[in-house]
Amino acid sequence: MSDKKHDLIDQSLQDLDNDGVDRRGFLKCMAWAGTGLVWTMSGGVPVSRALAKGYGKNAGKGADFTFVQISDSHIGFNKPANPDVTATLQTAIDKINAMPRKPDFIIHTGDLSQLSKPSEFDTLDQALKGAVAKQIYFVPGEHDMLSDNGDQFLERYGKGTKGSGWYSFDHKGVHFVGLVNVANLKAGGMGSLGHEQLEWLEDDLHGRSASTPIVLFAHIPLWSIYPDWGWGTDDSEQALSYVKRFGSVTVLNGHIHQIMQKVEGKVSFHTAMSTAFPQPAPGTAPSAGPMKVPAEQLQKVLGITDVNYLVSGRSLAVVDSPLGS
Amino acid sequence: MTNKNVWLAGVAVPVVIAMMLLAGSSTVRANTAPSAATAAVKIDNFVFGPQTLTVPVGTTVTWTNSDDIPHTSVSTEGVFQSKVLDTDEKFSYTFSKAGTYPYYCTIHPKMTGKIVVQ
Repeated sequence: MSDKKHDLIDQSLQDLDNDGVDRRGFLKCMAWAGTGLVWTMSGGVPVSRALAKGYGKNAGKGADFTFVQISDSHIGFNKPANPDVTATLQTAIDKINAMPRKPDFIIHTGDLSQLSKPSEFDTLDQALKGAVAKQIYFVPGEHDMLSDNGDQFLERYGKGTKGSGWYSFDHKGVHFVGLVNVANLKAGGMGSLGHEQLEWLEDDLHGRSASTPIVLFAHIPLWSIYPDWGWGTDDSEQALSYVKRFGSVTVLNGHIHQIMQKVEGKVSFHTAMSTAFPQPAPGTAPSAGPMKVPAEQLQKVLGITDVNYLVSGRSLAVVDSPLGS
Repeated sequence: MTNKNVWLAGVAVPVVIAMMLLAGSSTVRANTAPSAATAAVKIDNFVFGPQTLTVPVGTTVTWTNSDDIPHTSVSTEGVFQSKVLDTDEKFSYTFSKAGTYPYYCTIHPKMTGKIVVQ
């Protein structure tokens, strides 16, 4: 475990505990071992607590609905960090199908494919057909828009969306917004939303009640995790300024293939594990490239995220589960 | 043609150029020494190396991706554009005009480099 990452996580945490659990210490371990985390938003106040052993069995019970986030499937990747990414995606789907409560839908936060090849998208589609949740929402990662400006992605997964694939929808009182921050990236920069999308977002949120829970999801983190590796979005502050007035905002991202979280005011940020391969903690390796771990450990660093929503408290509980648990 | 012949042909041209350079000749003409100058940029650990490469006019620069992740090499000013380079794939471009050519990886835009052609 690296001290650098400890510091990073420590800095990002605020002491908001009211459940008597040593959240700070817990989160450190969770971000590393990826063994699971419960994160609840109550009336805009984020509360997290340890994922007790029994929680997994009860996950989703009492919640008004549940959805699952998966990310970074990288279908087509075949290097030593994981020679069979289709198998680990399948394990993730099996895990979703075994959840005690059927999720209403799945969100995939991008990098479906490794090289935007039609055969890779086909393989992903085939695997996802086996998921119990039939509704799947996608946003593209940079790997999904490699050769054709994302035309193929839009054709397959972005029908009816705006611009390079952004959109919003409402589900049981929660407003979800899928954003694209991997298109038209500028030399030297990080992720980018762009003027047109930001204008659309402002308009999309305009007039909504401040008590509406908001979920923003995009591939690259909408907060600066590690700019040296491009782990952030240049114009995310503008986007976040539009959600400041809301009482509960949850931001779900992928891209960095590990769990990271931060609470800032009423906004809680969360990144998901990959279903394909892990990446190093910020600054702990020469680059952000795929991290090779012993085969028997791979399933501990890959996983899925499920989110339970409780209408009563307008709260969202985010639970990360590794594949091998 | 045998392998040996190929090897000799490959060596001969640089040797001729080196001899002409050593002689300080000012009469080198492009048509007598066709653009055989080459230079390499290695993409490794999300870095273009060397980040600034200075080459003579007429040099063919070849980028090779040594990462497990795809990259591109795209001129910031639209002069050249590689396809997506998967592991071990290469892209070459011949610089026929003097100038400075900044470029970046469109997938990981933090990765930038520069070719200076003199």
